[in-house]
Formats: sequence, structure tokens, C-alpha cells
Amino acid sequence: MTAPQIPDSNPRRAFIAAAGAGVAGLGFTVIAPGLHLMAVGQANAAEARKAGTVASPAVRWGLLIDANKCAPGCTKCIDACHTENGISEKLPDARQNSQWIRKIELVDRRNGRKTELPMMCQHCANPPCVDVCPTGASMKRADGIVLVDRHTCIGCRYCMMACPYKARSFVHAPLTQQNPEVPRGQGCVESCTLCVHRVDKGQQPACVESCPEGAMTFGDLNDPASAIAKRIASVPTTQVRADLRLNQGVRYEGI
Amino acid sequence: MLTPNPRHEEGLFYLLAAIGGLVSAIGLAAALYMEHSGHVVTGMNNQIVWGLPHVFAIFLIVAASGVLNVASMGSVFGRVLYKSRAPLSGLLALAMISGGLAIIMLDLGRADRLMVAATHFNPTSVFGWNVILYPVFYGLVAVYLWTMMERRMNPYSKAAGLATFVWRVVLTSGTGSIFAFLVARQAYGSALLAPMFIIMSFSWGLAVFIVVQATMYAWNGMTLPPLILQRLKNLLATFVAAVLYFTIILHLVNAYFAKNIAFEYFILFDSEFTVAFWLGQVLIGSLLPLALLFHPATRTKALWVNLAALLVIVGAYYQLHVFIIGGQAFPLDIFPGYNVKSSFFDGAVDSYSASLPEILLAVGGLGIAFTMTTIGVRVLHFLPQDDLAELEAAGGITD
Ligand code: SF4
Ligand code: SF4
Repeated sequence: MTAPQIPDSNPRRAFIAAAGAGVAGLGFTVIAPGLHLMAVGQANAAEARKAGTVASPAVRWGLLIDANKCAPGCTKCIDACHTENGISEKLPDARQNSQWIRKIELVDRRNGRKTELPMMCQHCANPPCVDVCPTGASMKRADGIVLVDRHTCIGCRYCMMACPYKARSFVHAPLTQQNPEVPRGQGCVESCTLCVHRVDKGQQPACVESCPEGAMTFGDLNDPASAIAKRIASVPTTQVRADLRLNQGVRYEGI
Repeated sequence: MLTPNPRHEEGLFYLLAAIGGLVSAIGLAAALYMEHSGHVVTGMNNQIVWGLPHVFAIFLIVAASGVLNVASMGSVFGRVLYKSRAPLSGLLALAMISGGLAIIMLDLGRADRLMVAATHFNPTSVFGWNVILYPVFYGLVAVYLWTMMERRMNPYSKAAGLATFVWRVVLTSGTGSIFAFLVARQAYGSALLAPMFIIMSFSWGLAVFIVVQATMYAWNGMTLPPLILQRLKNLLATFVAAVLYFTIILHLVNAYFAKNIAFEYFILFDSEFTVAFWLGQVLIGSLLPLALLFHPATRTKALWVNLAALLVIVGAYYQLHVFIIGGQAFPLDIFPGYNVKSSFFDGAVDSYSASLPEILLAVGGLGIAFTMTTIGVRVLHFLPQDDLAELEAAGGITD
């Protein structure tokens, strides 16, 4: 299905925002989640999002992934991501390693058709991870990129419980060899940043650039003239688990 | 006190307090070790993100609000029988919530950032609400205890009791809602969870109360008047049956939704959690206690009633284990209708075994609750004293 741009249409979210505001009203100071971070959010970012409201962003960064083009066994996008973001740890228990992006092999139960695709944070417009984060460390930038503020994340992992896509990793051990542009932190949760540090410089995310098949298109979903918006307007695309109505910025075709 | 040898008794008290303190200290040391090395030293991972510490913490927090039920019935509903037990119930509530919160806090990836949690508040987060719910609960219980113990404050005790009662219902709903809002997971995301947590808290809280009270009576060489025993056991049986009822409904409702059938099958018939569910949660935690509480040969004997309460506590552990760990071990259904495989273990059932540090942390939380109770009971003289004549007059023991 073609995914529409629904500005915060999730009734559950509206409900918890209202209920939460009730609790907040008990004489406690409310600090807008990630407010201080917004100063860094340049790159066409409109204005800072206030707690419980959603900005009307001029830009909505998105990613369109064509599963038909994704080559079986290829891991170039994963390697590029891990190099770009300094993800190098190899813990004895592989389940404790961070994976911002992974290849999923799908087999359709009805007809046995095989597909492969890369999966990462879907940059939801209604992100459950942001809803549940107690400190507001999980935040959505005005341009739709979902990030974790490594200075306010307390490592409770509630966002990992809430994410429907298993997109988040918890940093289980001390880190070495970090990329100065991508600060990570032991004891914090992290996920795909859509290479925000590159996007802010006008570049493409590392995975998009690395794909030899051209299976990924990055761009502004709100700009009808952009390649990604044109493609979404002309071919059927899918939001994974669209039934959850999270309105993700990452879309797929060919599944 | 009726104890024959006071000096002996005093020695035993110090020994118990010391053991409790040591267990707590070891738990703290384990948490520091986890903080320093990272959670790599635990059995938790990117799929099972909450483990044994959370099982223990949630038990303590849920039971803490439930144990206060005894006090509420005394102050709010004016039952003589429960009134004399209110101070003990308040103390237990404070002790258990302290232990539970300590575990949750110390398990954080960045436990050193506690101030961040206190100063940054996200109004949409159920976890965030709890940051407010718990301290207020603490404060209310403390004030309530004070109104009961300080004679001048006695007139306010009923109001304080009512406020505490209302707050504890909100608090337990809040704990249940932590899971109820996880809509993408088959195991959680049910509106039934908030009421279910409340009834679980009644059951577990009362069970803890009965066990602690029995210990205190034994310590002082006293026996609980049979009529009181009977009253408490009836109440416990009702709660245990209600939890069992909710459990059945929850699983039936879950199985009704096609998307959750695979998960129900996993828990009920085909996983490492199957035994924990049937044997631990259903048999040990529900059916056996119910049998003991209803069978004519056992229901009037303190020993059996106390054993039933102990079994309820053991069953609670299994119930939370199945609920929290089992719920995460089952893979997320990201692509319904597809079989999936990945380097991140998509589509794969996970298994979890707690490592020593996290076991020590979890047990350390119990240690904190135990130590606070032991010292509190001793210093504040919280042994429930029943005036049987008054009880009869109030009709507080007739069912
Ligand atoms: S995919 Fe997961 S981590 Fe990314 S925004 Fe959505 S809920 Fe958050
Ligand atoms: S782990 Fe960090 S980002 Fe995730 S919910 Fe907790 S504080 Fe927020």
C-alpha cells in the first residue's frame, strides 16, 4: 500500500500524552524531552518540538528500500554502517552486540518466496520508543529522525521493550575506537540515526551510499519533487506492521 | 515479651540484621560490578532486555502495594482486626518498595544518572509517571504510619489511610500499565493487565503479611488467635482464586486473537516456560494453596495456612518469570506471514539464564526489604496486639 503522511494520527499516543500531562500537573516541573538537543538539529529542521506536541516539519527524511534489488547474502550496507558509526565490538555472546542495521531473510509461508532486506530503526512518526522513555532521551527531531540523547539516557531499556522492530541495541560493554562524530556510550541504548551527522552536512546515509544495487533511496518525503516522494507516489510501497499506525519514515517495496 | 531468654533473643536479632545487611551489601557490590563492566556480565541481552532483577523488583513493588491492603482495611473500613495490623503492614510496604526500587535503579545501564531521571520528565512515559508515583507513595505511607503511632495525630489516620489506599491502587495500575502499553508484543499490550496487577498485589501482599506475622508470633512464642487466622485465610483464598481466574481469562483472550495463538502455544505447551507456568504458577502458586486453604484437615491449622502463603509467594516468582522473561523470549512478529531469520536472531526463540551478579543484585533487594523489616519491627514494636474482647464486640471476626 502507499503510505500516507498522517500527522500524529495515533489515538493511543494522544491518550497517553493527555494522561501523562495529568500526572505532570501534580506540581512537578516538566522539561520538554530533548529540548536542549534541538539546538543541534539544523538541516532544515523546523522548530523545537514541545512536550506532547508534534512540530509541523517542512522536511521529513525518509528511506525507501527495494527488496527486489537487495542481493542475497550481500552485507555491504551493514559493513558501511558499522564502519561509519564505529560499531566494532564482538562480545562472546553475540546477542549482546549492537546491530543498528541487519539483513533479514524472509520466506513467505504461503508460496515459499524468498526475500532479503535490510532492517533498521524505521524512524516512526509516532515512535513508541519516544512515548515510553522516562527521561525524554529518546526523541524525534523535527525533521523526523529518531535519536537517543546519550547524555540523558539512563539505560532502562524500556524503549527496547516498546519498539516493534527490535531496532534498538543496548551497549553491553565498554567501548573503544569510537567515531568522534558518533558518540556512543556504555549503558545507553542506541539505534540507527539515519546518519544524522552526514545528513546535516548534505550527504546521504552510509548504507544508501554503499549499496551497489541502488536498492535504497534517501530523501525528503515532504518534497513532491524528490526522488523518494515520486517513487512512493508511483509504485506500491509498504510500511512494516502498518497495522500499528506508527507511520514510519522507512518504506519498503517488493514485499 | 514472652520469650524465655531475652539475651539469646537479642543475639538472634543482631544475627538476622547482620545477615540481611550483608546480603544487601553483596547486592550493591554486584551492581557496582555490573555498572563497571557493563551488562555483558549479565545474562540479559538485546532480546531479553529485562531479566531476573526485574522479576524480583516487580514482585517487591507489586507486593508492597498489596501488603498495604491490610492497613487500608483497618483504617478506611474500620475493621478492628486489621487496625491492629496496620503499622506492620505500613512498615512492610515501605521495606518492600525500597528493596524493589533499589533493584530497578541499580540495574539501570547508567545508575549514576538517577538525577537525570528525577529532573527530566516525559509526560507520555508510563515509566516517567512511576517516577512520581513511587516517592509520593513513600511519603504517604510514612505520614500514615506517623498518624497511627503518634497519639495526637490519630484523628488524621483515617484520612491518611484513605489517601494511601487510593494512591496504592493508582500505583499498581501504573506498574501493570508499564506492560499494557507495549502494544507490539504478543505477551503484553492487554488492557487486562492493570486490574490483574491490582488483584495480584492483593494476593501476594497478603501472603507476605501472613508469613511475616507468623514469624513474629513464633519469635515471641505466641499463637495467632484462630478466628483471626480464619479470617486472613479466607481472604487469601479469595485473592488467590481471583488471580487464577484472571490468568485463565488473560490466556483465553490472548488465544482468541489469531495473531497471539503462536505465543500462547509457546508458553502453555512448548517452551522452557511451560513447566514454570503449569507447575510453578498454576500448581504451586494457585491450586496447592487453594487446597490447603479449603481442605478441612489443613484450613484451621496455622502451619498449613502459613505454608499456603509461602507457596503463593513462590508461585508469584514463577508467574513473573513466565510473564516477563517468557514474554520477551518469544520473537517479535515483525513480518506476519513470513518465516524470518537474521544475524540479530529475528524469528528465533531466545533463552535466558541469569548470571551470578544479577542473581546477587536481585537477592540483595530482598535483603534490603528483610533488613528494614527486621529492624523496624524490633525498634518500633509492631507486633499486632489483639484485644479479643474488642474484636468480638466489633464483630470483626464473624464472616
Ligand atoms: S523503529 Fe523502533 S526505535 Fe525506531 S522510531 Fe520506531 S519505535 Fe523507535
Ligand atoms: S533506555 Fe534510554 S532512551 Fe531508552 S527508554 Fe530508557 S532512558 Fe529512554
